[in-house]
Amino acid sequence: MGSPAADEDLPQVLLIRNPPAFTIDGEEQFTSAKFRFLKAFESTLPPHDFLAARAQSVRAMLASGGAVVDASVLQFLPELRLIVTTTAGLNQLDLPECRRRGIRIANAGDVYSADVADCAVGLLIDVLRKISACNRYVKQGFWASKGDYPLGSKLRGKRIGIVGLGRIGYQVAKRLEAFGCSIAYNSRKAKPGVSYPFYQEVQELAAKSDALILCCGLTEQTRHMINKEVLAALGKDGVIVNIARGGVIDEKEMVRCLMEGEIAGAGLDVFENEPDAPKELMELDNVVMSPHCAVFTRESLLDVARLVVGNLEAFFSNEPLLSEYEDD
Amino acid sequence: MWFPKLLPVTERSLLRPFLHHTTNPLLHSSTTSLRQSNLLPRRVSTAAVSPMESISVLMTCPPVHPYLVEALEKRFTLHKLDSVPDKPQFLSSHRDSIRAVVGNAAAGADAELIDQLPKLEIVSSYSVGLDKIDLAKCKEKGIRVTNTPDVLTDDVADLALGLMLAVLRRLCESDRYVRSGLWKKGDYKLTTKFSGKTVGIIGLGRIGMAIAQRAEAFSCPISYFSRSQKPGINYKYHPSVVDLAANCDILVVACALTPETRHIINREVIDALGPKGVLINIGRGPHVDEAELVSALVEGRLGGAGLDVFQDEPNVPEELFKLENVVLLPHVGSGTVETRQAMADLVVGNLEAHFLNKPLLTPVV
Repeated sequence: MGSPAADEDLPQVLLIRNPPAFTIDGEEQFTSAKFRFLKAFESTLPPHDFLAARAQSVRAMLASGGAVVDASVLQFLPELRLIVTTTAGLNQLDLPECRRRGIRIANAGDVYSADVADCAVGLLIDVLRKISACNRYVKQGFWASKGDYPLGSKLRGKRIGIVGLGRIGYQVAKRLEAFGCSIAYNSRKAKPGVSYPFYQEVQELAAKSDALILCCGLTEQTRHMINKEVLAALGKDGVIVNIARGGVIDEKEMVRCLMEGEIAGAGLDVFENEPDAPKELMELDNVVMSPHCAVFTRESLLDVARLVVGNLEAFFSNEPLLSEYEDD
Repeated sequence: MWFPKLLPVTERSLLRPFLHHTTNPLLHSSTTSLRQSNLLPRRVSTAAVSPMESISVLMTCPPVHPYLVEALEKRFTLHKLDSVPDKPQFLSSHRDSIRAVVGNAAAGADAELIDQLPKLEIVSSYSVGLDKIDLAKCKEKGIRVTNTPDVLTDDVADLALGLMLAVLRRLCESDRYVRSGLWKKGDYKLTTKFSGKTVGIIGLGRIGMAIAQRAEAFSCPISYFSRSQKPGINYKYHPSVVDLAANCDILVVACALTPETRHIINREVIDALGPKGVLINIGRGPHVDEAELVSALVEGRLGGAGLDVFQDEPNVPEELFKLENVVLLPHVGSGTVETRQAMADLVVGNLEAHFLNKPLLTPVV
């Protein structure tokens, strides 16, 4: 695309790691006439040596979920002014350090929200109506030989507690309202203009919910927020759905509760120690698991590629970013 | 004074005229004295006690719903056709006593049965579907028919959405992926986004509308086919099922099963839906030409299917078992504790209303 000389003039976008989206989507979805990629992971030099040698004048970086960007990396990038992520979550970035250095962030914005919300609702319906368990049952030939499967539990009237009413949480709420569920939420602070009841304490939300759906980011405050007390408050008829991060739940405690019937079931897309999901859950019929793939639809990956390119092109043209992340 | 011995449960019916109609002391501790419970046989005319326990009700479907069976046994004399070894002999010897039939989606009251029960007054179905009841014959003979509408609408619609999400997002398969340890080897593949997909609904009755309302919350454009276009509905109407199938991503069967709608999903419709299209059936198995569906799925001519009902339940075509784009459920559309209880209450309530000469709760005929 263009002569080598013209390419050399293009501004560089640093890649520390190969983004999964490049492999899944194809790198061609991310190419642009307005920038070129500088791939640290392709060099034989150790990462920090590469950065010191080649990245001094880099102004923009594309960081996927596995690319940790903290002070030890940023020290080599004095000109960095923009980090674009392929993720909605930002826990791979040291945000305060980025802010200190005047670095702007553009994340995946709302691109994944619908898919993640769909997954959350799908997991909840699956757990309550035993869809995966029934599918297994039928496909093993048991319907004919063993008879009907045990009954599930009705959705209408269930009290849903949304932990983290951000973009994803809000989309989950809108969907579940259509099923006749009632919504309440916990967030860092109450959202103005939102009519759902707000609970400052997650434990109180859990006590008043039939199902908790975790939609919050993973931070120091939210790590293991779903602990023994919260699970006890949720109770033996309660269901937990996690499409946030595995670290939000005290996984060992949750597994114990599930094994001992202290909560009724769980739908989990994320785990503390991926790709290892707790082996105790593998035998349980009231648990539905998915391999951290709530965002991985063809459509969303194409959308995120377009958004990444759009953000980078806007930056290099001094135009407003498409999905700038603002701390609140 | 005659003190009846504590009889085994099967002979309970002999004592019925002497028992208060809401309690049965033989269900209590075996040491309960009949004298103490004030239920000694007295010389009372049967007219003084509620007549309902003596009414014979025939359950023509397998007795797989414990709450319903218990509720019926408590109030009536319940006969379970499924447990009878010689059905023709049974029907012949009970032809003058059976006044009610209770059926479900599996079995109801066809013309042959109705002809064998000259004292039949009412058929109460533990289902909303009426395809197992000869409605014309009932009308002709003045036999009342009731079903269980509304109470199961939510559950069936919820399941339809659950199936759509499970098929498009491969929820069951990705659960299997984790359980089998494959995640350690690599990520699961990409799935298909559900939000925003066009949902085509065949039959915009209670269940069809409930499905539409839910799908709208996922920003799904809704289109439909119905016997006639519905006034005041904003969804896009298609004058034929083939047309609907050609113009939607997910086709849902939500209409009643009648002679006209049998095999409404045929080869032509399946071809129109195509290799990216998904079929969801929460209606009745015979809505679909099952052989055509199976070959289309096996050959990749149809993108996927979520099926709660089949031609010959509980038998499901085994060719579907290994397909990762197919989700199979054992007819659980109304299968929640809450809804099955509400359905049973409606069945019993309709029967009681009939025999007390009160208006039926949910009459069809």
